[in-house]
Amino acid sequence: MDLFTIADKTFSSRLIVGTGKYSSPAVMVQAHEASGAEMITVAVRRVNISDRTKESLLDYIDASKYVLLPNTAGCYTADEAVRTARLGREAGLSNWVKLEVIGDERTLFPDNEQLLEATRVLVREGFVVLPYTTDDPVVCRKLEDAGAAAIMPLGAPIGSGLGIQNVNNLRIIREFARVPLIVDAGVGTSSDASLAMELGADAVLMNTAIAGAQDPIGMAEAMKLAVRAGRLAYLSGRIPRKLYANASSPVEGLVGR
Amino acid sequence: MGRKLRIRLNGDAHELAGPLTVTELLVRLEIDPRRVAVEHNLVVLKREFFDRTTVREGDELEIVNFVGGG
Repeated sequence: MDLFTIADKTFSSRLIVGTGKYSSPAVMVQAHEASGAEMITVAVRRVNISDRTKESLLDYIDASKYVLLPNTAGCYTADEAVRTARLGREAGLSNWVKLEVIGDERTLFPDNEQLLEATRVLVREGFVVLPYTTDDPVVCRKLEDAGAAAIMPLGAPIGSGLGIQNVNNLRIIREFARVPLIVDAGVGTSSDASLAMELGADAVLMNTAIAGAQDPIGMAEAMKLAVRAGRLAYLSGRIPRKLYANASSPVEGLVGR
Repeated sequence: MGRKLRIRLNGDAHELAGPLTVTELLVRLEIDPRRVAVEHNLVVLKREFFDRTTVREGDELEIVNFVGGG
């Protein structure tokens, strides 16, 4: 078995999926099933006090089957993110957090300074911190040194579907990372997930690529297979790239020569 | 019944009959305490403290739950 461990938890699936943007809870449940994921992300938001008719997300999630990973999406300062993480811990009774501190509304790129500060605070408080960061090797190393349980560089902006934009940065991060490397955000289709895994990522995290697909359940299965394929290719060692051809069939014994 | 308490609940002003505990507040709002987390004057409450925490005039409360996200 090709298992994958973060902190004290071991997973057989290397695909982590979100719960946002689904057309219905039923589609989400089936997509999760098809993805084979064992960890799913959730957001922490104020309860709607005036309208209590809405069902809770947790009505649809089998907490015995999935590890819930609360995020701090939408937070713009370390303080907000720490507050949200603490609330998420009480709501989910788990000390795991996908830490997001956003620095810019249009790109949703992280504010790495605030992210580092929040990571330090939450690590001190005993959280298992999985920070969403830019694909900057220096920042990733600092996050690791700050005690992050994994590093989660983006492939491209959240929800953009642009795919892996900086293959070389991810390769560099792969070389030094001692904690799991999870490519988080930017995946558009299955080949993007495969590429991330071929580069040596330990896992891929995505939401929109599945939830926003025309058939989220079909795409979830595609992502499951792509992550597995990319992982196998990484472990198997690809051939070197060559500029010119190298015949696959024997060059001797050709008819008529 | 006691007097009216004025609190801030999820950022909005609220008036309610008090005094009351956080558990009583959640019951009044028809919120299942197992599905939410509560921050009371910037301190996140452990669930076992809901019963023992009194909501007072001017308190700020945040009641959150999980929603879909990535």
